[in-house]
Amino acid sequence: MSPAPATRGAVRRVLGEGRWAWSALVVLVGALISAPVVAVVVDGVLGAGDTQLPRNVGDMVFTSLWLLLGVGCGTFVLGAGLAWLVSAFDFPCRRLLSWALVLPLAMPAYILGFVFLSTFDVAGPVQSLLRDWFGADVWVPDVRSLGGAVIVMSLTLYPYVYLLARAAMVEQSATTYEAARTLGATRGRAFLRVLLPLARPSLAAGLALVMMETLTDFATVQYFNVHTVSVGVYLVWKGSFDLHSATQIAALVLVFAVALLVGERLLRGGARFTQRGHRGVGPQRERLRGFKAALASAAGLGVLGVAFVFPVLQLVVWALGASTDPLDPRLGDYLANSVTLALVVAAVCVTVATLIGHAQRLGGGRLVRSAAQLTTFGYAVPGAVVGIGVLLVMDWLDRGLVAAGVEGGTGLLVTGSVLGILIAQVVRFVAPAHQAIDASFTKMPPSITGSALSLGASPRRVLTRVHLPQVRSGILVATVLVVIDVVKELPLVLLLRPFGFTTVSVWVYQLASENFWEKAALPALLIVMLALVPVVVLVRGRDPRRRVEP
Amino acid sequence: MSEADALRLAAVTKSYGRTLAADALDLVVPEGEVVAVIGPSGCGKSTLLRLVAGLERPDAGSIEIAGEVVADARGWRHPEQRRVGLVFQDHALFPHLDVRRNVGFGLRTLSRPERRARVETMLHRVHLADLAARRPHELSGGEQQRVALARALAPDPAVVLLDEPFSSLDEHLRQRVRSEIMATVRDAGTTAVVVTHDQTEALSVADRVVVMRAGRIEQVGTPQEVFERPASRFVASFMGDADYLPATVEGDRVSCEIGVVPVRPSLTAGTSYDVVLRPHDVTVEADPAGAAEVVHVEYHGAFVLHAVRLASGARVRSWQAHSVRHPVGTRVSVGLVSGPGPVLLPVEETVVR
Repeated sequence: MSPAPATRGAVRRVLGEGRWAWSALVVLVGALISAPVVAVVVDGVLGAGDTQLPRNVGDMVFTSLWLLLGVGCGTFVLGAGLAWLVSAFDFPCRRLLSWALVLPLAMPAYILGFVFLSTFDVAGPVQSLLRDWFGADVWVPDVRSLGGAVIVMSLTLYPYVYLLARAAMVEQSATTYEAARTLGATRGRAFLRVLLPLARPSLAAGLALVMMETLTDFATVQYFNVHTVSVGVYLVWKGSFDLHSATQIAALVLVFAVALLVGERLLRGGARFTQRGHRGVGPQRERLRGFKAALASAAGLGVLGVAFVFPVLQLVVWALGASTDPLDPRLGDYLANSVTLALVVAAVCVTVATLIGHAQRLGGGRLVRSAAQLTTFGYAVPGAVVGIGVLLVMDWLDRGLVAAGVEGGTGLLVTGSVLGILIAQVVRFVAPAHQAIDASFTKMPPSITGSALSLGASPRRVLTRVHLPQVRSGILVATVLVVIDVVKELPLVLLLRPFGFTTVSVWVYQLASENFWEKAALPALLIVMLALVPVVVLVRGRDPRRRVEP
Repeated sequence: MSEADALRLAAVTKSYGRTLAADALDLVVPEGEVVAVIGPSGCGKSTLLRLVAGLERPDAGSIEIAGEVVADARGWRHPEQRRVGLVFQDHALFPHLDVRRNVGFGLRTLSRPERRARVETMLHRVHLADLAARRPHELSGGEQQRVALARALAPDPAVVLLDEPFSSLDEHLRQRVRSEIMATVRDAGTTAVVVTHDQTEALSVADRVVVMRAGRIEQVGTPQEVFERPASRFVASFMGDADYLPATVEGDRVSCEIGVVPVRPSLTAGTSYDVVLRPHDVTVEADPAGAAEVVHVEYHGAFVLHAVRLASGARVRSWQAHSVRHPVGTRVSVGLVSGPGPVLLPVEETVVR
């Protein structure tokens, strides 16, 4: 073969088959969406040494490490342990627990956090009771501490590990587990030596998700006076509005995130998820009796109660208690803010994700594939990094405009408006939209696209007449997921909101920070109920991100 | 070039990384001809189809469809700009559209009444007029296949490409659907390229058969030519069962271990030849004094396949009528069926199985 065609082939594999406009669009979107993260990296590297890091940055790093370690251990024990319990044993309430243990996924940590504090802090019922029984100087551990934060975050985040571990145990290892048992291993040994190692890739993925969420949080941990690196970004930016100092710490957060991803890869050890077409039945469950059965039920129900049932009941009680007061008129405004924001972000995310899916189907080549990957990047990057990145990009744009002779640049377009929140949320939530819509595209055989094109349809007609009608369910799922994610989202809004702009989540956080539990209860319940939607869909066995076409 | 050529490929080359899926392919298909492209999986037959359809872009070479250049070094036309109809193995019907809309999808340039008339014509042609309002999932596999064909033929393409069109169908359904579909293609008079890995299919439906291997065309010819006069051991083995025995050349006489070969091929001096033996070329007679022995018997219903070890240790196979059955271990004498006999092929370095 002559070298010329070879080179041409290589170039084409990168650039695709020549739908230039579509490919360019995806590349542009990919560049825009990854710009904030790139900005943090660039500014972090260029500015290293120029700006003074806050003196307590060392403490922040250690606090972050301890928090990550604590929450990692907590979710591992709860998630993997409960998954083993419901898949290897039979006991009263097992069926109920096997799905209900996912419910805490709907409870944002900033809501469980304040319910927890109200119950266990100095003024709460538990400590009052202890004082009544043992006198005023009874020793109780400090609730507003790293330990408290670890407990609350473990209770809200363990379902990630639980879900993936349970799936891995049910799908992969029925026969292997049985083989180990016939070779004389006890159940405990079979769990430790066979089930757990086989579930390792899933556990690694679950733990990575948990730690990413932990790293991103800078609201809940502040209830507990825990200052992580993400809190550092928030405090520096809100305290001094010194973008470059904030960037330095944001870069530090990014280092943590990268380390987590690398850690996940190492923990997986090259193992890949084995996705089997059929649904396994899992190991034959051993029936527990008597004391053991009671203990197993109590463990499961206890976690469910502490993480979900009691907090929800407490919120309901509070909300009812406050129902005699006239409804705060601000609730309507804030709700409208949340919903508007969510709908706009969802519309943008879904449009972007659909266009990317379409362009990939037209044969975009490696460049489009990479750009599509870039757009999902934001989800794995902590909110503080995305937020500061958006500010940086806008700052550059400002200076660019001023340099180009535009008076005042973009003005207060970003810091003074909702635009910053909007962009940041889009950057963060294109990934779940992409995942849902891409799943729909993947289910559509490539021959459908090929047929439509060879019947003379232009790419645009293929999009509107063939692709859109068939990925409709994916678009619906993506919209719901993004709307809920945006309404729940707290850190980004806190970081970027202009003066006077409040959403429901921010309001809950503010009320809770000022110990107005009862007032916070109703909006908190609204958020929990909304967040239950995807969880219930998931529990009903129809993971919204992989729904089967009717 | 001739106006009558529907498809013309010249030195078309395409590689995926290090794999050469199409290696300087040359092929001319006159209008109205049905060509079957056959080869083992990964031989590049589907790539050939995708290159013609415009779903892949060649690295080099040129493709002409009905006299129009659709791909060469200077330019490349997207699939929607080619007059090509495509029928896929999975039918690829649009699940959200009913049969009528599926068939009418490619007729956007026609006026509404014209389109409706054309759709009706096509549905009648594939005997599906009653099912026009059904959705694809309400149709059987064979009906879906017919809709796919009607849809591909509706815009009157210069060439229709069928990619393993029958392999997703059940065994018992396949033959019937195949004859229906191919009859429709013949009726329409459209040039067709059918990709398949089934030699019976290739031999029975096509005017000409293209045998491919590792991105190259091994042989192009009528079904009779590729079956009875294979150009290589690969073609001989791929297009049917074949055994090989060394040929002995003495002057004008060519013979092998089981008899004299009744052919007078032009032989190159100094080259060793093998005789290609199809099981139907070989006779087997029970003979206690025979030098050969039956080593394996397979009952195939209409015929019984006997595997025989010759005195030299070589094995040949023989079809016998279903009433004939020599048990394993029977001593037999082996001969050649009289009539137009087997071909000779030069001995190849590499053994092809």
